Amino acid sequence: MGGQQSTQFPDGVPIGGACDTVSGPAAAPDCLVRIRGLSFSRGAQVIFDRVDLDIARGAVTAVMGPSGTGKTTLLKLISGQLRPDAGSIEVDGEPVETLGRSALYKLRRRMGMLFQSGALLTDLSVFDNVAYPLREHTKLNPAMVRKLVLLKLEAVGLRGARDLMPSALSGGMARRVALARAIALDPMMILYDEPFTGQDPISMGVLVTLIRQLNDASGLTSIVVSHDVRETASIADYMYIISNGKVMAQGTPAQIAAERSEWVRQFMDGLPDGPVHFQYPAPSLAADLLVRGVG
Amino acid sequence: MANKARALVDGLLDPLARLGHGGLKALAGLGRAHLLLLGILAGSWDMLRRPRLLLAQVFNVGVLSVLIVGVSGFFVGMVLGLQGYYVLSQFGAKESLGVMVAASLVRELGPVVTALLVAGRAGSALTAEIGLMKATEQLSGLEMMAVDPVRRILTPRFFGGLISMPLLAALFSAVGVLGGYFVGVGLLGVDDGAFFGQMQAKIDFREDVVNGVIKSLVFGVVATWIALFQGHDATATSEGVSRATTRAVVHSALAVLAIDFVLTALMFGK
Repeated sequence: MGGQQSTQFPDGVPIGGACDTVSGPAAAPDCLVRIRGLSFSRGAQVIFDRVDLDIARGAVTAVMGPSGTGKTTLLKLISGQLRPDAGSIEVDGEPVETLGRSALYKLRRRMGMLFQSGALLTDLSVFDNVAYPLREHTKLNPAMVRKLVLLKLEAVGLRGARDLMPSALSGGMARRVALARAIALDPMMILYDEPFTGQDPISMGVLVTLIRQLNDASGLTSIVVSHDVRETASIADYMYIISNGKVMAQGTPAQIAAERSEWVRQFMDGLPDGPVHFQYPAPSLAADLLVRGVG
Repeated sequence: MANKARALVDGLLDPLARLGHGGLKALAGLGRAHLLLLGILAGSWDMLRRPRLLLAQVFNVGVLSVLIVGVSGFFVGMVLGLQGYYVLSQFGAKESLGVMVAASLVRELGPVVTALLVAGRAGSALTAEIGLMKATEQLSGLEMMAVDPVRRILTPRFFGGLISMPLLAALFSAVGVLGGYFVGVGLLGVDDGAFFGQMQAKIDFREDVVNGVIKSLVFGVVATWIALFQGHDATATSEGVSRATTRAVVHSALAVLAIDFVLTALMFGK
């Protein structure tokens, strides 16, 4: 993984990458997403600095890291909403960063994305929100659209809420409706942007189970961006931990759990102080308090 | 000494640099606005295939503005009747009140005041709606569903505003004439035959009515375009949407008044 910090695990074997380590019936040996030398900045702030990253087909891959490290930006780069400053992003063999608008839209029909807010269209009912991509991109008759929508809503347990408006939904329900909409066109991959943030334990449990079950039952590939360590680790086949524009660690959840790096331990165990300091950089308290002429 | 000289140069250059930065920022915004307009126009064919989207926006921008435009038109007409009567009666020309009221409304006040009212009511609503859709990731959601939000969301709203504006301006002028009639004929005793007869004889269809319609079409484009651009370009926060809404109303009002001067000079300046 050139250009980034590679992680050594206790057995001394360097990590090969997500596509080599994932196994099991749902996982194919090839990579659905292959990122090489990705660099991206916002003004003077470097978000990614020559990052390499692989997403295995059929797997649930978690991208974790502290808030503000560019996890959502990574999803936007993979889906072509942003263009990298340098490097390449291949999704199913297609170079996303060079695709024109129509080719990008064609690729996005095979992707779903679950936004942090749900991003439901607020003037449409639950049913119409889920039907929206079907009506836009297929010529199915209304009866078939209805059947498909009801099946998708059944999959997320909200068939009975089909006539509600988004304003009448709880946060967890809105995300489940958004998930039903994301799988409406039977995509090859779903990108989850902080799916567990702000959820009560029951909603979180439902979402955790749904993400894993949908991935396995529908043969999807899932990328889950989150900083909820326990929930994400419980369903991930492979994990990347990113910070300061680099991949700080990667591996299966078991490998990450065994990781000794101080930084990784602080993040995984939620320690308040460590390599990431509790205090925002500042002059010493004494110097600050003794400034003359203030107060 | 060298430090002082440097501070002096910096002090002189800083305002210049700020001016340049502001100018570049304004030019970049103008460029983005024009690119957005191109995107909106490129989606017009797509909109024709979904006429229900357009009808919904004609309702939102046009029908929902009927009340405020109608009531305002009536009051403006009454004020014109009152002011016109006192001025014209000094010259013994109070029978020309109908012409004065109608010409003022059809040529100027109808298109201009309607555009200002629509910018305030429907324009601000459009900016807030688009800005909030951006803030709540609905526009990104559409992008991710491979649906172009400019074509699906902005284009119908643009043409909804464009179609509604001349209709609302016509309503404003018609109701305004009734307001002027109510005050002039009903309250101040101007002869109603003279009121309408002179109006019919002196108001020219091409010169007055068509030019008024052209004005309101131009204002429709400008006010709706500014409202949509401000919403689309808003910072995706509650404060950003609030600022964008204010900017939309201020910019629309200034643009309408400035363009009105140019159009009036071109149409009536001989």
